[in-house]
Amino acid sequence: MRSDPIKAALLLFVAVLVQSALFAPYHPFGGSADLVLVVLLSLALLRGAVFGAFAGFGTGLLIDTVNLDTLGSSSLLLTLAGFWIGRYGETTAFDRFHAPYTSVGVVTVAYTLGVLALRFVLGDSAPAGHVLAGLPFAALLNLVLTLPVYALVRRAFPPSEPGDRVHEVRVLG
Amino acid sequence: MPRNRTVRLAVLGSSAAAPGNSQNRSSALRRRLVILTLVMASLVLITISFRSSALDSAQSYGASALRPFEIVATRVARPFRDGAGWARGLFDAKAQNRKLTREVEQLRQLVARQEGAVEQNIRLQKLLRYANSPSFPQDYDWVAAQVLTSPSDFNQSVTIAAGRDRGIALQDIVVTNRGLVGQVTKVFASQSRVTLITDPDSAVRAVDEISQSAIGIVDHGSAVDSLVFDRVTKDKKVSYGDTIITAGSPGNGKLPSLYPRNILIGVVTSVNQSDTEIFKDIQVEPFVDFSSLQSVLVLIPKPTPAGR
Repeated sequence: MRSDPIKAALLLFVAVLVQSALFAPYHPFGGSADLVLVVLLSLALLRGAVFGAFAGFGTGLLIDTVNLDTLGSSSLLLTLAGFWIGRYGETTAFDRFHAPYTSVGVVTVAYTLGVLALRFVLGDSAPAGHVLAGLPFAALLNLVLTLPVYALVRRAFPPSEPGDRVHEVRVLG
Repeated sequence: MPRNRTVRLAVLGSSAAAPGNSQNRSSALRRRLVILTLVMASLVLITISFRSSALDSAQSYGASALRPFEIVATRVARPFRDGAGWARGLFDAKAQNRKLTREVEQLRQLVARQEGAVEQNIRLQKLLRYANSPSFPQDYDWVAAQVLTSPSDFNQSVTIAAGRDRGIALQDIVVTNRGLVGQVTKVFASQSRVTLITDPDSAVRAVDEISQSAIGIVDHGSAVDSLVFDRVTKDKKVSYGDTIITAGSPGNGKLPSLYPRNILIGVVTSVNQSDTEIFKDIQVEPFVDFSSLQSVLVLIPKPTPAGR
């Protein structure tokens, strides 16, 4: 468990490089697979919200540095994505078969909308029509990637023991 | 309220009753602190990066440091990209092949049409030059028409793509720039039938262009597309190679010839005579190749005060 951050950093670093070298140039039907997002969400599901948030922040910094984009923009979105899916993994989704697919499907859509919104706010180009047209195929590609990627990440980051899990139920009223 | 009790029991059973309750609370606090810190850090980074260039150098150094890794990744990924490109190219090639085959077929048809148009243009230009030349009959207007059919061994006539709508009438004379073709024998709204001078029922009053006294009748010969210059008495001089032209109507005869004067018919290919025959036996080869007629001019008599 202590080596998890190092392993995760290495894994995400490789994912960023593979994404920029292999997946980014291809846009079949207008959509592109996002390996980094799938790896990050798998890690967050298996290691929780805090881990997911840190991983998202670091990965975002790396992506913005590689792409010479506005620093912090990817960090903001990936931090929220990692945290959200981490909480989902900690509470209701733990060890459920559909959890990685649900997470990847929902976050792909939310992340894309978030990127569009953030770019619009920052005054960068935000071709919403083009991006949204390719969104279904991008989501499909990410779901296809989820099967092998989640299996690989789960092998590298085995689920924590039941005693280590965080259980929290808030009673309303 | 049994359901509330169940919920409360569930809460107590999971974590609230455990001795680490305060630990869970601190965990939640820590979680909130982390997410807030990271979000704030992201917003600060965005703000600094957006409003100033203070982070540019750091970003530039970072990008430079990452560049070798990117190059390595690109080189490692190149075979996969090439493979993917090859597979995609293979699929594209099939679709492209079908598309190109269709295009080639369309272009071939287009070229054929254009070649046909060029040939037709050349033919029509020749007809036009003839129509504007001094040798064209002066009392006639003309209508150019495309020939739609070819003559056969049994039927020495052709159909042309012009009829009543273009002012064509029965017995109008049909020519090309090379010579006489025949006369209109049937007229429809937009088509007409032309009987060639090689038809057995056709006869044209003609004259030897050199020996103007040698007047006779040109009608069909022994072969399908041959002509004879008949009714020329033996005292008239007709030689091999002489040109035979239409004779027109001499004076103001009561039965004038349909054919105006000076239209080329053919060239004399043989001249024979025997003691037992009254007339010479003169074979004429027509100037017009009736088997490959493409376009013709129909001579329309110009209206006269006395009517047509």
